[in-house]
Amino acid sequence: MRNTSFIALLIAAAAAVFAAMLWVGNGYVFFAGYVVLQYIVLATAWNILGGYTGYVNFGVAAFFACGAYSTVVLHKLWGPPLVVMILVGGAVSGLIGLGTGYLTLRLRGTFFGIATLAMSVVAETLITNWQFVGGSRGAYIIRPEHAPHLPLDYIQYLCLVMLGLSVLAIATARAIEHSRLGVGFATIRDDELAAEASGVPTLRLKLIATVLSGGFMGMAGAPLPYYVTYLDPSSGFNLTYAVNTIAMPLIGGTATWLGPLIGAVLLGTLQQVATVTISSALSLLIVGLMLVGFVVAAPNGIIGWFKPAVRTSMRRLRGSR
Amino acid sequence: MDLSFNLLGNAIVSGVLLGGFYAAVSIGVSISFGMLDIVNIAHPAFILLGSYIAYIANTWWGVDPILASVIALPAFYLLGVGIYSVYEVSFERRGDTSLRGLAFFFGLLFITEVTLVLVFGVDYRLVNAPYIGPSIHLGEIELPLRLLVPCLVALVMFGVLQLFLSRSFLGRAIQAVAQDPQALRLMAANPTRIKRVAFGLSIATASIAGAVLIIIQPIEPSIGRDYIGRIFAIVVLGGLGSIGGTLVAALTLGIAENLTATFYGPSWSPAVAFGILLLTLAFRPRGLFGRA
Repeated sequence: MRNTSFIALLIAAAAAVFAAMLWVGNGYVFFAGYVVLQYIVLATAWNILGGYTGYVNFGVAAFFACGAYSTVVLHKLWGPPLVVMILVGGAVSGLIGLGTGYLTLRLRGTFFGIATLAMSVVAETLITNWQFVGGSRGAYIIRPEHAPHLPLDYIQYLCLVMLGLSVLAIATARAIEHSRLGVGFATIRDDELAAEASGVPTLRLKLIATVLSGGFMGMAGAPLPYYVTYLDPSSGFNLTYAVNTIAMPLIGGTATWLGPLIGAVLLGTLQQVATVTISSALSLLIVGLMLVGFVVAAPNGIIGWFKPAVRTSMRRLRGSR
Repeated sequence: MDLSFNLLGNAIVSGVLLGGFYAAVSIGVSISFGMLDIVNIAHPAFILLGSYIAYIANTWWGVDPILASVIALPAFYLLGVGIYSVYEVSFERRGDTSLRGLAFFFGLLFITEVTLVLVFGVDYRLVNAPYIGPSIHLGEIELPLRLLVPCLVALVMFGVLQLFLSRSFLGRAIQAVAQDPQALRLMAANPTRIKRVAFGLSIATASIAGAVLIIIQPIEPSIGRDYIGRIFAIVVLGGLGSIGGTLVAALTLGIAENLTATFYGPSWSPAVAFGILLLTLAFRPRGLFGRA
């Protein structure tokens, strides 16, 4: 399928989802839907680096929270429209990705993972010590009543914005898969040494992936202060974001854009239900157990369950011909 | 002038003591990451598990936390052997250690932490022992026993491990695995079996490190995360696979953190480890004493 027709289809699907949410008409649908959509963006963003090039980013919370905190800063300075905040949040987190990547991506892959893990702690320390954004006390943001230019509540508007970001992230991820860039990423994942030897500019490609991935995470984080209305470092940098974001692509399947989408919808919805019906700590335990279970027993994720079936049915078709 | 000199002296001395404690926390990762190439980021979670076992033994039966951790050593060893067996079958054989292997340990870290939260809650817990509280004074320098005892325990553990690795047959075999597992296979030795023992040992050190941790500070399930950056900064700075280097790096970090805390405020000290880690990775990735 061509990229343009895929994007048109994606937008149609997103419009259908939003129409369905409006039709249900319950305010809670938007609160829960926002979280699931946010995880679609985060999981897709993580997969651009993790799934396509094979480099693990544990610092999801840092990229995400830096996007959120750049919104806090902008809100305190002059309060531009949300779109500007999202762009700035994406730029800030993209730059952080560039810096971390430039320092550690030339080394063995595991060093990047460790560095991102440590970076999360350090970014939290910096924000905690920065009084302008509230320090450890946190910052309050007043959510407007109504959306600008649209006959929607603000929470519905936030949901719509996040839906737009999901479309953007998924379209980007799919476009990468079908481009030279995606082929370059795949060579790094499969055998970096051989790729380097064949003239693939591995460092540059890895940096592109890190910037894109970090940028989308920052964009996903930028609307957060308006959603939660109170943001403090320990909630913004919560490890839960990292665990969920890593678990979703690994459970769905890392090879294509569909995997993170399936993982995020499945796990995100499951968690929303489990948090309400059981307890939030227990629902996190379920996520952790599923992550370990899937990487041990089903390395290709949920997508992997269907692939062999498709292949055998194709073979049967060919055999009968 | 005199006052600040005093402050400096005290900061360095307690930095050395803190460094000894960091050494105890890092030695397990120095073995697993440095020698076996297994990036066990869940190690801090196992250390906290050790802390809570020491806590239970101490509050229920009044057992000394360090004694309790020594009694728990075999259980931790078996835990390590079990984890390595799963890791070896699921990731090392498939050649998928970098992405899914890392995610596996990340999942273990999270599961352990959430389980501890579910069982013990998020309240801070602490232990009682005769050496928590009093201090020894050497002139102007103050040596709190709460820090001195953990430091000594760490040094003993270091000495024993160093002797084991350099003198015993099994220890030398572990070092051989670290150098060249392929060659070992050609000599008809089984690197998997040796790595299983070594990983068991590395998790066993978490038992003692956990007891030491709960002596030094009250604990709650999520503080383990603060140690991930520190541990890997120490192991990388020391040079992968070098036990002596780990000790030197731990002392360096302890002093650097304490000086930062004294002169800039304790809320900045978590950033020190990351700074050291990034600088090491950028300028000298093989560490101070690492193999090239």
